[in-house]
Amino acid sequence: MTSLTLVRRIAARPSIVFDALTTPEGIASWWGPDGGPVVLAETDVRIGGRFRVRFRMLDGSQHESSGEYLEVARPERLAMSWRWAGAEDPGESLVEIDLRPIAGGTELIFTHSRLHDEDSRRSHEQGWNGALDKLERHFLSGSMWCPKGATRRRMATLPTG
Amino acid sequence: MVNHREQLDRTFAALVDPTRRAILARLERESASVSELAKPFAIKLPTVMKHLDVLEDAALVTRSKVGRTVTVRLAPEPMREAMDWLRRYERFWSASLDRLAAYAESREAKAREAER
Repeated sequence: MTSLTLVRRIAARPSIVFDALTTPEGIASWWGPDGGPVVLAETDVRIGGRFRVRFRMLDGSQHESSGEYLEVARPERLAMSWRWAGAEDPGESLVEIDLRPIAGGTELIFTHSRLHDEDSRRSHEQGWNGALDKLERHFLSGSMWCPKGATRRRMATLPTG
Repeated sequence: MVNHREQLDRTFAALVDPTRRAILARLERESASVSELAKPFAIKLPTVMKHLDVLEDAALVTRSKVGRTVTVRLAPEPMREAMDWLRRYERFWSASLDRLAAYAESREAKAREAER
């Protein structure tokens, strides 16, 4: 299954991280691949509720994604379906975020999976697990694509005092 | 966009099969004849030819015939495009989560100030 896993250690308690992930105000401050602004953020944070976020990149292009909250367990877990709007849409994918309390803050484990619909469809048919991840590693040494279990870590500096 | 999407679909569909992935991995080292490609697999030549048809349809390999030998070569472009497409997600989330961390940390600092 084509998936991306990222881990961040954050010097903030899980409830604060959870709210940053789910409130429109929080989302507006971080969502997007460059420093461009979030122009719309709507969330209805309950199972079956939906989110919609539109952002503008520094090159002026606008992109929107939306989805449904599948699991909402503040402050430790959030899962949602994910879909790009318009021509970019490669089908529905899955975002899962686990927040684990650690000394001085939170370990955030982020996974975006089923990134290609062909992939998710075939994975049911053929039990295709991690095969593409392996291939990516093979073709792209030094890849940042992580197999299940392996993670890339970034340590945040913990505030003192 | 549609063509690009179709190409991605074809690339991912071709990559689903383990034998085809093994063929690509073999070709990544060097080009090979069809019989050389068939050798490590416990499958018949016609089956290898079928896999090569799929890979060629997906533009992942090219075949060229000199005399009686068909040489198969890796065509890296579709694979590169698939990788680029996947890396866009990595860039999106990596940058977003860095900013999320910074934002949450500033909220934490404020919360601590208020609790003092």
